[in-house]
Amino acid sequence: MSSEYLFAHKHILGLDHLSVPDIELILNTAESFKEISARAIKKVPVLRGKTVVTLFFEPSTRTRLSFDIAAKRMSADTFSISASTSSTTKGETLADTARNIEAMMPDILIVRHPSSGACHYLAKHIKTAVINAGDGTHEHPSQGLLDLMTVKEHKGKISGLKIAIIGDISHSRVAHSDIIGFAKMGATVFVSGPATLIPQKVEKLGATVCLTMEDAVRDADVVMPLRIQKERQHDPLIPSFREYASFFGINREVLQSAKPDALLMHPGPINRGVELAPDVADSRQSVILDQVTNGVAIRMALMYLVLGGK
Amino acid sequence: MAMVQTILLKNGRLIDPVNRLDKKGSILLEKGRIKAIFSARQKTGPLPKKLLSFDLQGKWVVPGLIDMHVHLREPGEEHKETIESGTRAAAAGGFTAVACMPNTNPVNDCQSVTRLILEKAESASARVYPVGAISKGSLGKSLAEFGEMKKAGAVAVTDDGKPVTDSQLLRRALEYASNHKMLVISHSEDASLSRNGAMNEGFTSTSMGLKGIPHIAEEIMVYRDLAVADFTGCHLHLAHISTRESINLIRQAKKNGCPVTAETAPHYFTLTEEAVKGYNTNAKMNPPLRTPKDRAAVIAAIEDGTIDAIATDHAPHSVLEKDIEFDQAANGIIGLETAVPLALALFRKGYIDALRLVELLSSSPARILGVKGGSLGIGAAADIAVIDPEHHFILQEQDILSKSKNSPFLGARLQGKAVLTLCGGTITHNLLTP
Repeated sequence: MSSEYLFAHKHILGLDHLSVPDIELILNTAESFKEISARAIKKVPVLRGKTVVTLFFEPSTRTRLSFDIAAKRMSADTFSISASTSSTTKGETLADTARNIEAMMPDILIVRHPSSGACHYLAKHIKTAVINAGDGTHEHPSQGLLDLMTVKEHKGKISGLKIAIIGDISHSRVAHSDIIGFAKMGATVFVSGPATLIPQKVEKLGATVCLTMEDAVRDADVVMPLRIQKERQHDPLIPSFREYASFFGINREVLQSAKPDALLMHPGPINRGVELAPDVADSRQSVILDQVTNGVAIRMALMYLVLGGK
Repeated sequence: MAMVQTILLKNGRLIDPVNRLDKKGSILLEKGRIKAIFSARQKTGPLPKKLLSFDLQGKWVVPGLIDMHVHLREPGEEHKETIESGTRAAAAGGFTAVACMPNTNPVNDCQSVTRLILEKAESASARVYPVGAISKGSLGKSLAEFGEMKKAGAVAVTDDGKPVTDSQLLRRALEYASNHKMLVISHSEDASLSRNGAMNEGFTSTSMGLKGIPHIAEEIMVYRDLAVADFTGCHLHLAHISTRESINLIRQAKKNGCPVTAETAPHYFTLTEEAVKGYNTNAKMNPPLRTPKDRAAVIAAIEDGTIDAIATDHAPHSVLEKDIEFDQAANGIIGLETAVPLALALFRKGYIDALRLVELLSSSPARILGVKGGSLGIGAAADIAVIDPEHHFILQEQDILSKSKNSPFLGARLQGKAVLTLCGGTITHNLLTP
């Protein structure tokens, strides 16, 4: 990776618009920042005097905390607005909410929103840098990047690996960003889940669809079950959690069909006993908590890079 | 504008599909009617002194265009459009008549609303043909009063905007409408398949993370509608056809003698789902923009007559409904002021000739709706559009007369424009100097 490469993006809206050199730069930057979190004094002055606002229209614990910690470790001042406390509930439009925040001169706006494209919309309406923290069923780029980082860290590479993503692909912005990211970086992505939860033409995004979980997981280097949401039982997309667990839940036996050193990942939060058997979640193959740790480093890198990397 | 008693439209290309006329000539209008038609070599004879004369060299003189599918939003959503603003947009687009859909607030489901619309339309810039609702409140439960609405001036019924889900209701509507000689228009959509959808279902919807509307949502209901029309023997008109398989079904049904007609909108033969990229809410409508294959099938259907008419589905929405998150944004785009250039593109590319073009935009809608117009017959009302096929322009927000500016063609280079429109002999739009 040449240190000459310049990051040309003002906003991080998705992995879709990032090139391979962009992604490599982000991963390398995150790797170099990771050590900061391990220090006794976990703070560097890189973003001192910068203001980071997290604007979340959907509940989130870990993503929001992760961005918050990342910003604070870089010495930025952080502020949080939740949908419940924002004026959107009073009938204010998204653009007006964002313009009002913009008028207070923040440097970065980190946005989570239930509508796909909401961050693109904001990026068009305001001048502040926008980082997408999850938009509808579209993308969750920081999660996709931290997944890439975690795999690269454990496997030393991404290219040539077999990645199996299991579950609700249709409604998962994580799956979406992961498919794009892993495919871009040269991995082979297999997806499986109830066919009701596999979106049309997902192959064109870079994934191979398997009707059985077993086909997707066999000889995989990475196995990633996705969270299945309770509403899907009523949609109707699946008959029951019980049946889902027996056909698409990752258990010890299924995991054994993957490569012996396969990594088990999960974007969290886990429904233990549904998409992931409890003993597997805590197995030595699980890198779920490494994902969380790397999330902070990735988010530090993203904020650093969108502000010009200085 | 004031009505001038006598107007001479000189040296234009006169196109009248009803009389199979496509030749150079002049038209004399007197007292709001077509008084005489002269071929290029013919002498006009003595003309009155107070004569308004336009030299229309290189321009097309066609029967006033008729848009059989518009939303004028009045009553109830006057911030989007009014009968006044909508018909001004119509006139600017070469239209002399529009049929307005009943999904206003209140719904046009009874004679008092029909009357209100027609009262407002008295001072409008185009003829307004109200379309009543099929069901009370367009709720899909019980029949609206077709007879009274017809007496008040409605020309057709539809629950447009919402599909008639109940097949029995559609059957009864067709049967009952036949008593009153009213056209039934169907918005064909299986709502259980399209629910919450924001665009055509396919790779683009997957990559944008938007819930898709599969093409079968239209086709399943087109099949149902054709079956009901065939069974009852009553004429059914299918609105805004957008998919390849819908067209195959209609083509086959027509071959078998099913009493059906169909319209499509300019955006379905011009754009594909790609236009939605970047979360462009001005490319969001229902039915949604489809794939290149669907677009090609729509064009082929326009060529071979499977599609009878071009209607814009002019659906004004303000920034309040459009400048928001894509999945929250309202469906629909304006179309009155862009229909002519978009349809002319089909002519320029050689898909259709000039007669067919005018038929699609004027004669067919008149015939299907059962209203006057659509030809240049002597004695007919002077509803005339003059089109300059060489007029180049870039569509800009400030030039749009519709109250709403929700067009996917903003900023596009377009060719062809109505430069003079007369409705009953009154000039309703004029970019020319006499």
